[in-house]
Amino acid sequence: MAKTTSKTAVSDDNLMARALREGFYAALVALGLFILFVGLKTDQNILNELILVQRWGLLAVFVAIAAVGRFLTVAYIRPFLARQKVTDVVTGLLPDSVATRFFRMPALIVAAVIAVILMFAGETIGAAVPAALAPWVTMIRAFAIIYVLAFGFFYFRAYISAHFNMLALIALLIYPPLMVYLFGFQGSLKYVDNFGIQILIYVMLAWGLNIVVGLAGLLDLGYVAFYAVGAYSYALLSSYFGLSFWILLPMAGILAGFWGIILGFPVLRLKGDYLAIVTLAFGEIIRLVLINWTAVTKGTFGISGIAKASVFGIWSFDLAAPNNFAKVFELPMSSAYYKIFLFYLALALCMLTALVTVRLRRMPIGRAWEALREDEIACRSLGINTVTTKLTAFATGAMFGGFAGSFFAVRQGFVSPESFVFLESAIILAIVVLGGMGSLVGIAVAATVMIGGTELLREMTILKQVFGPEFTPELYRMLIFGLAMIVVMVWKPRGFVGSREPTAFLRERKSVSGSFTKEGHG
Amino acid sequence: MEYFVQQVVNGLTLGSIYGLIAIGYTMVYGIIGMVNFAHGDIFMLGGFAALIVYLLLVSLFGGIPIALALLIMILVAMVMTGLWNWVIEKMAYRPLRGSFRLAPLITAIGMSIALSNFIQVTQGPRNKPIPSMVSTVYEVFGISISLKQIIIFVVTAVLLTIFWYIVNHTPLGRAQRATEQDRKMAALLGIDVDKTISITFVMGAALAAVAGTMYLMYYGVIVFTDGFTPGVKAFTAAVLGGIGSLPGAVLGGLMIGLIESLWSAYFTIDYKDVATFSILAIVLIFKPSGILGRPEVEKV
Repeated sequence: MAKTTSKTAVSDDNLMARALREGFYAALVALGLFILFVGLKTDQNILNELILVQRWGLLAVFVAIAAVGRFLTVAYIRPFLARQKVTDVVTGLLPDSVATRFFRMPALIVAAVIAVILMFAGETIGAAVPAALAPWVTMIRAFAIIYVLAFGFFYFRAYISAHFNMLALIALLIYPPLMVYLFGFQGSLKYVDNFGIQILIYVMLAWGLNIVVGLAGLLDLGYVAFYAVGAYSYALLSSYFGLSFWILLPMAGILAGFWGIILGFPVLRLKGDYLAIVTLAFGEIIRLVLINWTAVTKGTFGISGIAKASVFGIWSFDLAAPNNFAKVFELPMSSAYYKIFLFYLALALCMLTALVTVRLRRMPIGRAWEALREDEIACRSLGINTVTTKLTAFATGAMFGGFAGSFFAVRQGFVSPESFVFLESAIILAIVVLGGMGSLVGIAVAATVMIGGTELLREMTILKQVFGPEFTPELYRMLIFGLAMIVVMVWKPRGFVGSREPTAFLRERKSVSGSFTKEGHG
Repeated sequence: MEYFVQQVVNGLTLGSIYGLIAIGYTMVYGIIGMVNFAHGDIFMLGGFAALIVYLLLVSLFGGIPIALALLIMILVAMVMTGLWNWVIEKMAYRPLRGSFRLAPLITAIGMSIALSNFIQVTQGPRNKPIPSMVSTVYEVFGISISLKQIIIFVVTAVLLTIFWYIVNHTPLGRAQRATEQDRKMAALLGIDVDKTISITFVMGAALAAVAGTMYLMYYGVIVFTDGFTPGVKAFTAAVLGGIGSLPGAVLGGLMIGLIESLWSAYFTIDYKDVATFSILAIVLIFKPSGILGRPEVEKV
């Protein structure tokens, strides 16, 4: 026994020495990485010449974070994670998981009490404490509420994962009324529009791209082209010919589908990264044409004043129209009705996309897509026509992109080439991969986390309290988005949902690990 | 005729820069089969490193000779950018090696977004202009060639020679070629595969840093979004030449540069990128694995 302890003591010493050494190396590397880019800043002086501003303090902070982070990782976090995998000698059980330790009953009671007190007496407490501390009270309240909610999710996780689809649908259906109830008509706009509709548009786009990348295994880096085609078909046909949303929505989908075939045809022979670069090139070509063909598209100015959608032509949301929704029902004027209507419309379109995808997967064409992804040569030798299979995948994916695009145009009332840059394609592809290619639920979760998360960063005014008033969280939005993509991918290379539901099975349906599905070559 | 030759010279200058970046793409692709989307931003990072070193040199030693300043800029940018790519490879790509193909592609896209925004946050979103460093222009047979262009040609030629020598005639190059052919077998034969891959990333980044310095010197301005377009063009060049092939990358780069400058000279400048991408698509339709690429043989 004594021997074991001394051994651990020695290894502890070694561990500490190693941790210190690695922390020092990390500091050196961080110094090398950041000395030019953080330590010095290029700035314009009054004469419009570039000068250097020195920021050694900030550099020291970066280096210290790297050193301490590395030290803690090596000295504490890694041994802790290793211990988590070792069973207890006496009971033969694994130690409690981090989550179980984090969500303890006493903590729940404390959090619930704090949340309740601050929800009812927050105003008076906020008024009583000095003004500088008031936002902190709000933050504590937010954390308490989040903890209580997370506790609920954690304890009912088995129930939630078993009934996820139904629960998610219910949550989405009651989302707009809930927001209106909590924040009033005007206050709910932000949540319904920026969070709700935007996330739903990305879900639709990602589900559309999922058909091309996740099911058929064709790597498409220019998906945003079809989104642009959909948006511009709606914008142009509506402003030049005055057609209504309900005619243009299917039309935008069909036009985008045609473009899917037109762009898909030349790339049939290409594989892998050759396909990727050509699709990327097509995406850029469409954007450049939109920018430069000013006679029709008005170039970078974009098309504004796009007509709003109506409830099947019965009620309109135009303020001047006699059948305005608010006038007919004698409600107070607000733009919230329109947004809520659009929210449900987007939800319906998403459900349609999901339904079509699920049904198509069970049809011969869907099985042909998945077969193509698994093995193209075997596919051909079994008599599957790879040309039509690839083209239908492109066309179907593009069609949903077109729907999403026309929806985007009607939501914004304004389209410009700015919205269809490569970054959008990359974000959509990232959502598909992060969600776990081929899994609809995973993709929806990934869209919510990534898009909702970056939108949330805009709202983080509390950070101004921490970093000073000139701190703008918006600036860091895309930086954090990029880093989050890396972290999630390294943490879960197979995406949020790592299992797949096969559509063809023997006797009973079993989920299989995502690592059994291939990603295709082309 | 003189106009044509003039445009060819301009195109080749641009093409040399694209070629230098394209080598980084093609090497990384050759060795681990991954499209390093962050490479364009590595190029931008190199340009910024050169910019900051230049400003530092000017503020510390006012009358430093321009040749010396350029040399220091190139060297520091190479070291800096190499270090960045080394760390990036270790943090973002190595954990995903052996994972499925799209995973490192996504981290590379994430890294590209993160790098350009990192520069935006730390260095500010505005254009960074510097006074012209070299302004001599020579007239040869009615064609004007600036000293800048000559510097770019010379630097590119020297680097490509060194590079060609390293890949073909040194133990390191042999290790790289072996890793490229068969990673597992190379490891069994005692080649440190991880180290070889790291060095490949560092080499690619160093060449991109030189391209960044040349870009800064040639255009005299750099901005944080500058990684994207040259990056995509260089990737296009690498694919056009046949991705994985080093001479192909240079050839592709020169071709893209020529197409761009000739199209802008004889047609409209607005559609020059459309022309580039269309020619890429057309070439790939008739030669699906690029000009010098070997067609992939599939074993069943």
